[in-house]
Amino acid sequence: MSLLAVEKLEAFYGPIQVLRGIDLALRPGETLALMGRNGMGKTTLLRSLIGLVADRRGRILLDGKDVTRAPPEAIARGGVALVPEGRGVFASLSVVENLVMAARPGRRGKRAWTLDRIFELFPRLRERRHNGGHQLSGGEQQMLTIGRALMTNPDVILIDEATEGLAPLVAAEIWRTIERIRAEGVATIIVDKDFRALSRLADRAAILSKGEIVFEGTPGELAARPEVLERHLGV
Amino acid sequence: MDLVSFAVQLLNGVQYGLVLFLVASGLTLVFGILGVINLAHGAFYMLGAYLAYWITARTGSFWAALVGGVAIAFVVGLLLEEIFVKRLYGRDHLAQVLLSFGLILVLDEIRHILFGKDVHSVPAPEFLRGSIQLTEVLSYPVYRLAICVFCLAVAAAIFLVIQKTRIGMIVRAGAENRDMTRALGIRFDVVNRYVFAVGIVLAALGGIVVAPISTVFPGMDNQMLILSFVVVVLGGIGSVAGAAIGALLIGVADSFGKVFMPNFSSFTIYVLMAAVLLWRPNGILGRREI
Ligand SMILES: Nc1ncnc2c1ncn2[C@@H]1O[C@H](COP(=O)(O)OP(=O)(O)OP(=O)(O)O)[C@@H](O)[C@H]1O
Ligand SMILES: [Mg+2]
Repeated sequence: MSLLAVEKLEAFYGPIQVLRGIDLALRPGETLALMGRNGMGKTTLLRSLIGLVADRRGRILLDGKDVTRAPPEAIARGGVALVPEGRGVFASLSVVENLVMAARPGRRGKRAWTLDRIFELFPRLRERRHNGGHQLSGGEQQMLTIGRALMTNPDVILIDEATEGLAPLVAAEIWRTIERIRAEGVATIIVDKDFRALSRLADRAAILSKGEIVFEGTPGELAARPEVLERHLGV
Repeated sequence: MDLVSFAVQLLNGVQYGLVLFLVASGLTLVFGILGVINLAHGAFYMLGAYLAYWITARTGSFWAALVGGVAIAFVVGLLLEEIFVKRLYGRDHLAQVLLSFGLILVLDEIRHILFGKDVHSVPAPEFLRGSIQLTEVLSYPVYRLAICVFCLAVAAAIFLVIQKTRIGMIVRAGAENRDMTRALGIRFDVVNRYVFAVGIVLAALGGIVVAPISTVFPGMDNQMLILSFVVVVLGGIGSVAGAAIGALLIGVADSFGKVFMPNFSSFTIYVLMAAVLLWRPNGILGRREI
């Protein structure tokens, strides 16, 4: 059964409709790459999935349970975590505090991720553990938001702009970490501009255009469609 | 003014400021975290004072009043949040002002029915009743010193909870970015309920500890409500540390104002507020810091 099943999802900001009937399914442990040009609705889709876009219609099932109208905290407790665009590190909290405030056993009491394991995954964060969130570099911030999401022991992590604005070496480290998270069986939906990195990592790819899914398939299938790549990704 | 009477005035101001801080910290927490303007905050200060009077009269023990008063205020806070206040989240300030003004009227009417309009006094605990002789003519009541110590202890506890506990981290995170905090699974419906109850307890505590030095009377909440708002605005809305600074400033200004300009004593407070706001329009510690 799907971990996350989205049916005819529409999302609105006031009178403006941004998502126009999205159908999507994510299996447990699956990695889905979500792509599309600027302003096509990727962020809006991720924020709708975790309940942060208030006006959403259609149906979202999380592990078979209808969460279409659920508030973000209920969806998060249902096993979804968000690594937002712009990262959303709490600047007034230290690194440790950012992690500890989010700590929670997952569903069925799962406690795979602890502070120690996050520090093992990101040794850099251990070094910086008493620094304030406002003192971190972009890469460190991204490590912290990923670590913070893991502290909730989620079944699926939504990662928006995984490596945006990061130096190539730092970006490579983030990709390696996502690979390790994937190996732990955590499902992910990843938005990023790096088509190649995403293709290596993802089980499936979906492309959004003007609030609709215009392509869905494996990275291999996508690579075989140069006109789709050209038109929707500019690759 | 000689040094000893100066010291006494200063001590009075600090003591008053510390009580103001207790009450105002509750107001600023509720405003900063729940986003609710609670005009009835002063009424809970009065509630504390009347509980102190009532329980002390029944049991003969001020300590019973302290513990019982806090417990009752906490439960009242939880119930009011559940029944009324939670409906105000995200509503405009007019709705909040109307509801909390309604609460003032109801609480005051209940006070009137239960206790009438008499002025009551509350005896201080036995071992705190003496005074310390400073000079031949000047002495300082032990109970006032005890208030200072108690308020400082409560202030320390508030800062410890905010800075060192997970609840404090959640509260700070929520003040900074509410959506992100909720997306991590934090239930602000629960957090808000306890924060509101703690805010009410802080107001009531103020009323309980001053009961033995100020007498308990109808309308005692008015002055406190206004001063608490002054403190909150002065310190920076939502900032507990700011409220501490603001409360001490107001306490000391009030104390010396009464000595140097007895006819304009409340005037000094507002001059101070205007001066600070000209210098820092968002209050001493501005926004977004707890
Ligand atoms: N809060 C908002 N209010 C109104 N319109 C919004 C809001 N947020 C986004 N939009 C609009 O919704 C559309 C989709 O935006 P969204 O941020 O979801 O796109 P995106 O695919 O994530 O883009 P990017 O690649 O730039 O991050 C855009 O046209 C944007 O202008
Ligand atoms: Mg985006």
